Amino acid sequence: MTLDAATIDPLRPPPRPERRRRRVRVGEVVAVLFTVALVIASVAPGLLAPLDPTAVAPLEAFRPPSPSHPFGTDESGRDVYTRLVHGTGASLLIGLAATAIGLGTALVLALVAVFGGRVADGIVGRTIEVLFAFPALLSALLVILVLGPGPVAATVAVGLSTAPGYARIIRTSLLTVRASGYVESARLLGHSPARVVLRTILPNALAPLLALATLGVGQAVVWASSLSFLGLGAQPPAPEWGAMLASARVYLTTAWWLTVFPGLLIVATTLAATAIGRSLDARSRRSS
Amino acid sequence: MHGTRARSVARWAARSALRAAVVLWASATLVFFITRLVPGDPAEAALGGPGSQASEEALAAVRERFGFDQPLIVQYGMAMLALLRLDLGTSYSLRQPVAQILGDTVPGTVILAVLALLLAWVLALALTLAQSRGSRVGAAVGDTVEIVASAVPHFWLGTILIAVFSTGLSWFPPVSTGTPAGLVLPVVTLAIPIAGFLAHVMRGSLDEALRSPFAVSALARGETETGLRSRHALRHAALPALGLSAWAFGYLVGGAVVVETIFARPGLGRSLLQAVTVRDVPVVTGVVLVSALVYVVLTIVTDALTRLVDPRIATEVR
Repeated sequence: MTLDAATIDPLRPPPRPERRRRRVRVGEVVAVLFTVALVIASVAPGLLAPLDPTAVAPLEAFRPPSPSHPFGTDESGRDVYTRLVHGTGASLLIGLAATAIGLGTALVLALVAVFGGRVADGIVGRTIEVLFAFPALLSALLVILVLGPGPVAATVAVGLSTAPGYARIIRTSLLTVRASGYVESARLLGHSPARVVLRTILPNALAPLLALATLGVGQAVVWASSLSFLGLGAQPPAPEWGAMLASARVYLTTAWWLTVFPGLLIVATTLAATAIGRSLDARSRRSS
Repeated sequence: MHGTRARSVARWAARSALRAAVVLWASATLVFFITRLVPGDPAEAALGGPGSQASEEALAAVRERFGFDQPLIVQYGMAMLALLRLDLGTSYSLRQPVAQILGDTVPGTVILAVLALLLAWVLALALTLAQSRGSRVGAAVGDTVEIVASAVPHFWLGTILIAVFSTGLSWFPPVSTGTPAGLVLPVVTLAIPIAGFLAHVMRGSLDEALRSPFAVSALARGETETGLRSRHALRHAALPALGLSAWAFGYLVGGAVVVETIFARPGLGRSLLQAVTVRDVPVVTGVVLVSALVYVVLTIVTDALTRLVDPRIATEVR
């Protein structure tokens, strides 16, 4: 084998970023458009689905997908598409709230660890390590054991079970920023410790979190819907995605469309969140 | 050099054992206090919940037997002592020793999880090696496959597989009751999202390894492209993914709850779900501690494997 240009190529900085950026943008546009549609569905569901999501029509029950009911009908003859659109707001709210709970808890833990002295850091560090021994769904189930099933419990459960992972990342981020030159100079300028933490360290340490949070919302929607599917989250007959999945479980082998379409929407939401999160991440890496 | 290595291995073993013991003790403590937060009278729960209408004498007897009338710290001490004797208590709802329930359900879940993890590794390795370096179409396809695979929730994937392969094609049964054919769909359902995560991590580090100087020097020595990938670079690519395997196993246990429910397969996950629904505290505690134990053991195993695959870590003084 001769050493031609292509062989030595690995040592050269790869010429890929230019192309890669363009490829990401196609997915990005689709993801943003889909997110806009989700937001419209949350704020004004009637625009996308004019029918009544609770209108019962027993004679129309269990209709497979057809032109008049694109996603079929459920056990009471309600239109699945209409119910999905009307359930968007509640489902997204659960995902957003769970992420907020997870990030908030993690931020408090990380702040205590980084600014609370060595003992606090040790305790928080050990606690996080122990929490890692609990798989996410298991810690979520523990929370539900205490709070009992329901949409609020599922949201809190998903939020708390994601907190250890976030806490570890935020702690590292805080430590890096604290050791940086601009924090040193802010301190030398005579800024009070509180001001340094709030105005200098936090904004810089939390900037990369935007990407993480976006990815997290997608994951939270999946986890919350899994809990609902297991009957531990939002309960039927609410037109929420998870609740639709929970009631559809009984008809899994006879009416597949009842599970497939809500699931597809959840997958699409996660993919959109992942695509946007990744491009935010790439952007923050490029600018830093 | 040899002596340093032996000493570093001994120090590593001691530190791992200590850390494992601490994590297990802390997990047991955490679970104990979390379960004490469960609202309602624990004695009543032990007798089957508020619906059981247990007599005052029966409640008193249960309080006496389980020590619910003792101060919390005494109860905690009793619980820890019982754990040291490997006594996990009796299920509230099934009236069986928790150890027996675990003994019945753990093997099925372990088979499921191990097969799924193996399949995930095979899929991830295949996906990683199939993407030729520099091919943008390959990278784009791989990227998409990975993102989609890791975003798919288990319950949804399982539903699709049942709809296509059981209801539609009748290749595999929709319920998994111990026959090998019944294992196929649950294992695939569990493996695909993990494979997506592993492949993503592996491909990132493979690209990095292929750009490093040792790759060029291997090529200069006459190594073929395939040989470079499989003999040199893959080792580096597998390391971070290996480190993820303990985490992946935890993820599999969580996934098992969903998959065992969909495929009506007896196992740890399904017992846990039932126990949470009826607030059967001893069973929940047992399952959580078993999974913490598995996590701890796997962390040590993957750590040991990492040291085997990457000798640099073994001699590194930390």
